[in-house]
Amino acid sequence: MTQSIDYKEVGLICGLEVHQQLLTEKKLFCRCPAGLYTKDHDGTVLRHMRPTLSELGEYDGTALMEFKTKKNIVYLLHQKNVCTYEMDDTPPFLMNANALDVAIEQCLMLGCDIVDEVHIARKQYLDGSIPTGFQRTAIVGVNGKLPFRGRELTIIQVSVEEDSCREVSDKGHLIVWRTDRLGIPLIETVTGPELHEPDEVEEAILLVGRVCRSTGHVRVGMGASRQDVNVSVRGGRRVEIKGVPQAGWAPALVHGEAVRQVNLLKLRDELHSRGFTKPDSIKIEHTDVTDFFSNSVLEFLHRENWERFVEQDGRKKGFELLNGSFCVRAIRLPDLAGTLSWPGQPDLTFAHELIGRVRVIACLDQQPILLHSEKWPDYQGAKGEIQRLKKKTGCGPNDSLVVVWGIEQDTLCAAEEVRLRYADAVEGIPHETRQPFDDGSTDFERILPGPDRMYPDTDSPPQQITRERMERLRVALPELPWLREKRYSGVGVPLSTIYFLIRRGGARLVDLVVDQGGADVRQACFFFGERIKGLRRDGVAVDGIPDDLWCELFSLVSSNGTLFEDWKRIVSSMAAVGDRSMRDIVEKLGLDEKAVSWREDLLEIVQTGQPDHPNDSVGQRHRFLMGIVMKNLRGRIPAKDASAALHSAMEGQA
Amino acid sequence: MSDQEDPYKGYRGIAKGRLKKWGVRVWSDVRVVNTAGSVFEGVILPRSGNFDDLHIVLKQKTGYNVGIHVDRVTTIEELSYKKIIYKIPEQEFPRSPDLANVTLLGTGGTIASRLDYRTGAVIPAFTPGELYGAVPELADISNLTTKKIFGVFSENMGWEEYATLARAVRDEIEAGADGIVIGHGTDTMGHTGAVLTFMIQDSPVPIVLVGSQRSSDRPSSDAALNLMHAVKTAGYGPIAEVQVCMFGPTSDQYALLHRATRVRKMHSSYRSAFRTIGDTPMCRVDRGSFELLTEDFRPRDPDRKIKLDTVYDDRITMLYYYPGMKPDLLDALVEKGYRGIVIAGTGLGHVNKPIYPALERAIKNGIHIVMTVQTLWGFAQMYVYDTGRDLMDMGVVPLDNMLPETALMKLGWVLGHTDDHAEVMRMMRHTINHEITDREPHNGYLILQGGLPETQEFIKGHWK
Repeated sequence: MTQSIDYKEVGLICGLEVHQQLLTEKKLFCRCPAGLYTKDHDGTVLRHMRPTLSELGEYDGTALMEFKTKKNIVYLLHQKNVCTYEMDDTPPFLMNANALDVAIEQCLMLGCDIVDEVHIARKQYLDGSIPTGFQRTAIVGVNGKLPFRGRELTIIQVSVEEDSCREVSDKGHLIVWRTDRLGIPLIETVTGPELHEPDEVEEAILLVGRVCRSTGHVRVGMGASRQDVNVSVRGGRRVEIKGVPQAGWAPALVHGEAVRQVNLLKLRDELHSRGFTKPDSIKIEHTDVTDFFSNSVLEFLHRENWERFVEQDGRKKGFELLNGSFCVRAIRLPDLAGTLSWPGQPDLTFAHELIGRVRVIACLDQQPILLHSEKWPDYQGAKGEIQRLKKKTGCGPNDSLVVVWGIEQDTLCAAEEVRLRYADAVEGIPHETRQPFDDGSTDFERILPGPDRMYPDTDSPPQQITRERMERLRVALPELPWLREKRYSGVGVPLSTIYFLIRRGGARLVDLVVDQGGADVRQACFFFGERIKGLRRDGVAVDGIPDDLWCELFSLVSSNGTLFEDWKRIVSSMAAVGDRSMRDIVEKLGLDEKAVSWREDLLEIVQTGQPDHPNDSVGQRHRFLMGIVMKNLRGRIPAKDASAALHSAMEGQA
Repeated sequence: MSDQEDPYKGYRGIAKGRLKKWGVRVWSDVRVVNTAGSVFEGVILPRSGNFDDLHIVLKQKTGYNVGIHVDRVTTIEELSYKKIIYKIPEQEFPRSPDLANVTLLGTGGTIASRLDYRTGAVIPAFTPGELYGAVPELADISNLTTKKIFGVFSENMGWEEYATLARAVRDEIEAGADGIVIGHGTDTMGHTGAVLTFMIQDSPVPIVLVGSQRSSDRPSSDAALNLMHAVKTAGYGPIAEVQVCMFGPTSDQYALLHRATRVRKMHSSYRSAFRTIGDTPMCRVDRGSFELLTEDFRPRDPDRKIKLDTVYDDRITMLYYYPGMKPDLLDALVEKGYRGIVIAGTGLGHVNKPIYPALERAIKNGIHIVMTVQTLWGFAQMYVYDTGRDLMDMGVVPLDNMLPETALMKLGWVLGHTDDHAEVMRMMRHTINHEITDREPHNGYLILQGGLPETQEFIKGHWK
């Protein structure tokens, strides 16, 4: 974050699309198990995607872009988790009613108005992430509100949709996807564009996550929730940062995008002042300079080196590569000197924008992807080469030069992409989806799709949601997270603990043991929100302990608080034998035995020369001896009584 | 069509009444507020007549459609009105003297298509310009001419259509086409292929049936690639027969050319649904080349004179035999005036004894009865068991390994020529193009049993 900006001044606006997988047994449109992931595969399918017309008769921009990439798309299949539906050889079955119930429940938690009739739409994705070429998606709720920072955050809509494939690799013209995740139901929650600071974005992601998770009917863990963050500044355009895996990434990403847009708007003004006022006023010239570089000190520009790269990487002609010969192409950018090193994202320049397009659309992906005259490698006389190349290509002091290499047809595509990216720059900020990285930077992923990519799914009938169904789900809803938050924080539980309880399902148990076990709210919150985390980490199956055993524990503890001091052993035992009663457990652990002569025993421990560390302070020695004393007494004698007795015994000895 | 006549396309009953009352119609751009205060902005879409009359469908600006219950509408206001016409961009189809001339005859199906709002169905779009807009690669393959013969779903094809189609194919070939492509729905593509084999004989050029298993309104459609393969086959393919050109594997890889008398749709939805039965496919075709899989075919020959023979009698039917079939079923067919019956029998071509008397009555009444096998693979060999011999004695004629559907189409065509039993049976057993073969190759029947280790091994190493 090297460049600081005033978010208010630049008019930063952000909105969210939060994706959350639903916890259902089966997938959304077929009967495959949901959430069963595999690492290997037992079948493969090869497909290509073509753009189709939307219902309104337009081709979608993204669709055309993806078509230009000429990708071979390979799907890895495993019979355990996919059927012929996922490979698009069987039409969808009717929507999983359970998934729709969970989605409605989520909508109700988010304060939404449930739509009367759900219409399944196809949203085109030509990157191959879904073998049909579209995601089946349907709006379930609209017009929701969440309390946020003393105001309301609008939930524009919530849709239920099928999850996509997981990317395995993307090299040249070949992209490989694993299909196990495909078809798992998820909801997409779209907030209003009402977030104005990077840290608000993080907070809103967490808020939506808490609301979703408070039902216990959503999946948790890696990849179970992902968010797209939409960012724009005044005069800029909506850019979607796609698939942000953690809320904590958001502030840096939003900041970076705001800086990027501010800088690109300045570049637009600069281009206008140089007379580039329309997209088509950008003209480029490009030439084949393969021979020029055949003896270059930059060896990766040699044909032999490139061929070695292709071979070492195992790339196949006509598959990961186009057919054709190697080519180095120089692209002259008349009157655009200085623009390649124009600042973009923090620590990056406009050239990075070109690199993204060339990599994704032209499929040229050998690092560093492109070279340019404003940052030519300073390496064993390479500087001299660029001077000669400039001369050879007629590149004057006001011009810039970009060099790309690879299969000839791809270099032609790259040249065109360079022109198109400059043409976009004349207008300001292109509508893009960008891929996030953990250092806060982003890279071009694709042109942002518009409404043109949506059309109705002719394979699925609309589905009415009756008011009865909605009411049935409404009465079973858990308490709204912010009400819970108020209740718990009122008795002094810190927010971080409360959030953990809500996100991970502990809040339900807290309320249960308070209600039925007579537990103290604060004690239960700390117990489920903090204490048992350690046991869970150590592999104790605390989540398998049945509800009534928890209630029994807490009602026992409410009459015998000392018992709770030995909670680690008790809970471990509960987890080990889920169906036993508390009475058995207490008995087995010997906690029901009265400690009769413990004071005498304690005295003996102090006196009978337990290993003496002469340099120990009194406090250290006390802690040391407490450990020995409590070994048999924890849960039977209050630790504070033992401690007091020990103190007096030690004093007596001194 | 008549938009002025029906501004409430597909709406009926209550919903239609409300639209009228509110003064809005299909294609109105509206702002709706409902009882929960939710605002919906978008275009009112036509509604399928099969759906209820309680909701209106709105296409919102986001592209999502949503149904709004008419009772929950508090206000609705028309912001504007603009009829949306869904159209594939039409561009002039480029022509080159170096390329073959191919005619694409349209019968319906989903080779290139658009959505129909009222039914949600996919409607074919068809002119060369439209096709060029949708599949520009076609211009690199041939000079394409298109003619729409009719627009029907393939299950609605019938004998009248077959005859019309056969005449159209003849006309195009006589007008000099280097090959014919017939766009056809896939469900009964095999039936059409079989009957065209009998109605159009001695074609000098390929006649290629093609369709798609995934409609062309989706990005993963097989339609474009199928069309490219078919046009290439029609323009340059070596085989001057009626053939079906569809995906070999489900992957976007290559097509197989199946002889139309031996092809069958073997899966309701797979891209690779078509299979040659009782033989191997004739040829494998991809965008680059043809790989012949047999030497036994009729080659292209521009000098050969095409013969057209479109007579038919559609008083024919097929009985798929099952245990417990009652004789009155046959009696009813006789009574209703059916002239020919194809039986798909069990095993080697059998039916059980209780229907023997009915069969005898039918044959005495001059009905022509032939036997095929419902196993699809293998021959009717009725001399093996007594049951078969009894049936032959009665006058049921076995058709060896002719596919039941092919037999049905042939019987209809034959009965257009003669009603003489001996002549009917002579013609049925006289092969026109491999509808009966002498030999079944050992590598024809290869239905791999999934799940076996060796099958898994094979699948792992090949695109499915």
